[in-house]
Amino acid sequence: MRTQALCFAAVVLLALGPQALAQTHSEAYKDNIYVTGELKPVDSILKVKVGDAAPDFTLPSTAGQKVTLSRYRGEKNVVLSFVPAAWTPVCSDQWPGYNIVKDLFDANDAVLLGITVDNIPTLYAWTNQMGRLWFPVLSDFYPHGRVAETYGVLRTDGTSERALFVIDKKGIIRYIDVHDINKRPPLEALVRELKKLR
Amino acid sequence: MKKILILAMLTVLVLSGSPATAQGAQPKAGDRLFDFTLPVPPESADRDYLGLSRWGKTFKIADIKANLVLIEILSMYCPFCQKDAPIVNQLYEAIEKDPAARGKIKIIGIGAGNSAYEVEVFRKRYNVPFPIFPDPDYEIHKKCGEVRTPYFIAARLNPDGTQEVTYAHLGSFGDVTAFLGALKKQAGLQ
Repeated sequence: MRTQALCFAAVVLLALGPQALAQTHSEAYKDNIYVTGELKPVDSILKVKVGDAAPDFTLPSTAGQKVTLSRYRGEKNVVLSFVPAAWTPVCSDQWPGYNIVKDLFDANDAVLLGITVDNIPTLYAWTNQMGRLWFPVLSDFYPHGRVAETYGVLRTDGTSERALFVIDKKGIIRYIDVHDINKRPPLEALVRELKKLR
Repeated sequence: MKKILILAMLTVLVLSGSPATAQGAQPKAGDRLFDFTLPVPPESADRDYLGLSRWGKTFKIADIKANLVLIEILSMYCPFCQKDAPIVNQLYEAIEKDPAARGKIKIIGIGAGNSAYEVEVFRKRYNVPFPIFPDPDYEIHKKCGEVRTPYFIAARLNPDGTQEVTYAHLGSFGDVTAFLGALKKQAGLQ
């Protein structure tokens, strides 16, 4: 019976798999995007909650310098945007959208820090396809995914969740969206949360 | 086991025929345009541009007052769509300045996977003069074969109510003057 059920599921998934996954990506990446297929929407357990002090970290950026979260305390609100992996669908079309709305971040006195668990050379090559990004891109590669693990957004396969954390000027987490990894968080939801910090 | 396979295949047939999973092939010149519906724009300038009445909630490409409609499948999140936005705006201006093309060739954008808020962000950021419609659940995007973006489709509106694809292209359309000339020819204006 179990074998029959598995067989049934396999045939249906094989036949419908490409259709069930609604994703697009820019011609900017040509054929270089690795199609992941539908993934488990969330595959980790959060270790922080709204109201907590955001765990501090220092990570290297693609620009060469290290970035420390606490340097923004008292000065800027911070949005952490974890995306699962370079050269994958959805991720490749998330930060380029943020790249054209710097004014929305500025209007809410916020900075954006993009984070993945990829290494710097990979992130450098990938983000170069997005144009010139105005925000730092940080590598949580080594020790692998330590920051993602600290926040509770490291998936069991070593990638991170597609997650947004909004942190206020006091260093307190004010919003968390661990989004379905297969979907892009709508921009309006993030902007709405940023406006609440005014 | 044979029964299971037959049942699985029937399930596939039923699911693949449902609207939620209906997927079309990528369009090519000579095809009939895939069928889809768009919301009537709330802004009167957009309705006037497309020649739509304010009444009704939705419309189809056949309802647009034009000989030919250029459809850009884009995304606010797509770097090349962002880069090409000024060039598409130039095409719009060239059409509006050309007495033969003005009113006969129209442009619309469809934001694949974009919400209404996101397409408005794109429109404002790049001062896009033509309407862009959200496609948040990729329904239209699936009907045109989940093309990469930007993707341009020109459709000629025939007197019999059908629309024929005259141009389908991934990426930039190149020189604006040359492309407008080609569109005018496809629209029967030359």
